[in-house]
Amino acid sequence: MGTALEVKGVNKRFGGLQALNDVNLNVEDGRIHAIIGPNGAGKSTLLNCFVGRLTPDSGSVLFHGKSLLGIQPHQINQAGVSRVFQTPEIFTELTVLENVMIPALAHRDGIFEFNALKPLRKETDIRKAAVDVLEDLGLGDKQEMTAASMSRGDKRRLEMAMGLVQQPKLLLLDEPTAGMSRADTNNTIDVLRHIGDSRGITMIIIEHDMHVVFSLADRISVLAQGTVIVEDVPENIKGNAKVQEAYLGGAH
Amino acid sequence: MLGLNGKDFLAWLFVLFLVAAAPILLNPFPEGSAFAQFNAGYPDLMQRFVIFGIFAIGFNILFGLTGYLSFGHAAFLGAGSYAGVWMLKLLTINVIPAIIMSTLVAGLFSLAIGYISLRRSGIYFSILTLAFAQMSFALAASVLTPITGGETGLQTQLGDPRILDAAATGGNIPAPSLFGLEMGHSWKVSVGDWLWTFNAGYYLCAFIMLIAFYIAIRIFRSPFGMMLKAVKSNNQRLGYTGINPRPYTLAAFVISGMYAGLAGGLMVSMDPLAGAERMQWTASGEVVLMTILGGIGTLIGPVLGAGLIKYSENIFSKINDNLLHTWFSFMPDGVENFMVTIVHPFVGKGWHLTLGLMFMLVVIFLPGGLVGGLSGLYKRLFRRGSHAQ
Repeated sequence: MGTALEVKGVNKRFGGLQALNDVNLNVEDGRIHAIIGPNGAGKSTLLNCFVGRLTPDSGSVLFHGKSLLGIQPHQINQAGVSRVFQTPEIFTELTVLENVMIPALAHRDGIFEFNALKPLRKETDIRKAAVDVLEDLGLGDKQEMTAASMSRGDKRRLEMAMGLVQQPKLLLLDEPTAGMSRADTNNTIDVLRHIGDSRGITMIIIEHDMHVVFSLADRISVLAQGTVIVEDVPENIKGNAKVQEAYLGGAH
Repeated sequence: MLGLNGKDFLAWLFVLFLVAAAPILLNPFPEGSAFAQFNAGYPDLMQRFVIFGIFAIGFNILFGLTGYLSFGHAAFLGAGSYAGVWMLKLLTINVIPAIIMSTLVAGLFSLAIGYISLRRSGIYFSILTLAFAQMSFALAASVLTPITGGETGLQTQLGDPRILDAAATGGNIPAPSLFGLEMGHSWKVSVGDWLWTFNAGYYLCAFIMLIAFYIAIRIFRSPFGMMLKAVKSNNQRLGYTGINPRPYTLAAFVISGMYAGLAGGLMVSMDPLAGAERMQWTASGEVVLMTILGGIGTLIGPVLGAGLIKYSENIFSKINDNLLHTWFSFMPDGVENFMVTIVHPFVGKGWHLTLGLMFMLVVIFLPGGLVGGLSGLYKRLFRRGSHAQ
């Protein structure tokens, strides 16, 4: 198995705060890698460095050997990296179905396609792909709703549908189950596990819910105060003294 | 039908009916009656309705779909007008080459201005487009006089080469025509006290407007149109979705610029005279008003907005005090004078005041414009009806 994402010596400073301090990370192909850590540890900052929202001060981020730094967000996405945002970033004025058709079209047609006279309803393949993903995530009956009028939990699932419909090589999930009910959370775990197994999508998950983390992750990195303090398989993380200290006593 | 879904096809048919029957619909009052003043069915005004309709339809593709508010679209209308007059001067008095060249020149011009202006968004984009348009206006009125005719404007003359036409044998300056059918030619039909004028130029403009409207509907309903709506909704997210928003907004900008150029080409095809004031910022602002008044991002809105503004401009501005006195003559003298004094500031030269009030009322009470207001009303009535059952 090769390395999907290789992060070496990434530093990011915001004024006086060292948000990321020499972060190293190796994510293997087809694996689900969880990043956990207390609030403010730098987890979201790290993801932002992968998708072009932030540029690290130093270090490298390689995706299958190619650097993700210094290129536009849309180029990173076209390279096969999709991100599911923590606070839903959706097209609120458009319908649920349109929200999912847009990333599906981006996946098929690339960064720009001038198809101004082609009726959208003739895009039957794109529509079918979008409907399939929505049904997988339990949003099949809400296709024609305006995205803005959905509940918070549904918006999170829509976010996930937008990522999954692109069949990315690497899926970045920022707290995918935050704000979801227990039933929805379990459903999400099943969907992610099913997709991980059947399509072999590599995933990086940031998550606070340990139930989700231990149900899904093949490997876990623990981030505290901008540094990876431990990286190991889930069984060894549970009893690790350093991890307990980071969560319970690290604030001193 | 025609690749449109049922509802859109009905909307298109509705506009087809409106423009085809306009000479009759716009002349509801008999000649010589007290309200004949409100008749708008004369060629000059009807031409303006559909030409500005085209301008507003195109503007709505940029502003309505992507949310980028251009304050410089009159520059493309002006560029198209100049290109059109030059074709009428150099090539032929037939309007077809003029209309095509107007659209192309405006397209190139908007590509250059859009490429630079779209590096910024929001208010900075608006200011950049405004700056470019005012620059174009100033240049056209001064240093570019050899091309634009400066302040007197550019017009066709007797000595123009017109290499495709037979040599002029003296006489009058030839009038723009469509394969010999002069644009100013009208057929007048009198039915009872009513007089209807069917004008050749108007029907050419109306025909082109229907094509322009049809293309706009197709754009609205295409994957490309959906991307433009996504630009308006969440530009940033589009990037993380693998779409580069820049070429989409630029394409929308160029399309709307070409619509403006087409409108300019039709203007000079009806009246072969182009002046620099056509590029001034007030003209750019007018198309913004039309779009907002009719309903931003709606299909028919811009057409209605254009019609309403051009109607007000031409009808309210012609009402003078004499006319007011005849209207209020049934009242006692004191009251009559009082009423005339009250109404006076809103008509004649003061028609802008009426337009301004109308605009304020729409923006405050009908945020969706005329179309938003009408569809809201329809929904409310419809819902009330279904409750009753």
